[in-house]
Amino acid sequence: MKKFLAKITITLRKGILDVQGKAVENALHQIGFQQIENVRIGKYVELLTEAENKELAYNSVDEACRKLIANPIIEDYIIEIIEN
Amino acid sequence: MKLGVVVFPGSNCDHDAYYASKINAGIDTIYLWHKDNSIPRDINCIILPGGFSYGDYLRCGSIARFSPIMKDVVNFANKGGYVIGICNGFQILTEAELLPGTLLRNESINFKCKDVYLKVINNSNAWTSLLNIGDVLKIPIAHGEGNYFIDEDGLKQLEDNNQIVFKYCDANSNVTKLANPNGSLNNIAGIINKKGNILGMMPHPERYSDDTLGCRDGLWIFKSIKNFFS
Repeated sequence: MKKFLAKITITLRKGILDVQGKAVENALHQIGFQQIENVRIGKYVELLTEAENKELAYNSVDEACRKLIANPIIEDYIIEIIEN
Repeated sequence: MKLGVVVFPGSNCDHDAYYASKINAGIDTIYLWHKDNSIPRDINCIILPGGFSYGDYLRCGSIARFSPIMKDVVNFANKGGYVIGICNGFQILTEAELLPGTLLRNESINFKCKDVYLKVINNSNAWTSLLNIGDVLKIPIAHGEGNYFIDEDGLKQLEDNNQIVFKYCDANSNVTKLANPNGSLNNIAGIINKKGNILGMMPHPERYSDDTLGCRDGLWIFKSIKNFFS
């Protein structure tokens, strides 16, 4: 078994109003960053996992994301697996 | 009839729900501990109360959904057992996929704590059986994530199956954008599952069930379920 580091980035799905992102965007405009738009705020999760290979590590983290770490109704996620 | 109020770490409306059920509605009521693996067999109704279960870490209700007692709550509900989730309890029910959709951050970003008006949309279920369609209830809300969201197909199903029980309205029963405290899709404040045995609602009926609190509109929900079982 090898150890893998998983880096998971979770964002609200496109089309779902990101009220946090909107508030930050408005504040950025107020302090002069008019060129900034589409601010989206998400979550970042890091974890260590054990698996025989990278693919199996990805599959188990993907299942964990579907079951708990992300809410597939409103969130998308990207998983990056790095051998530790 | 016997009712159980589940106590999660971080529940803070469990005592209010217990009081409203036992003292105000006169229902035989007990507490159920989140670490228990099963629900007593004589229980026929369960409340998942409001609060901040497990600190609302990750997402509201997402951790509570996997607490030991929830396995049996899901079994109980799937077999037709009566379950009401109030506020955080509603969030737990959506995380457990017992109710469709989810609760997003309030459109205003602010935590909203105030009285709202609810229009009864459906009274052909156990939870609102003593009310009439169009009735208006004054009930408090207290939440930061109560903005109900479901995709287009899901919304159509909710409407086709008459699963929307309460909508936010003004004092004169008009369902308007202004009366919507959190940005909920179509002013949805409470829904049932297809069978009608599971109700989820963001407002707190248990907080308006006693004369001391100045309003007893919430008691209708407890009275309705009691009436259903008698």
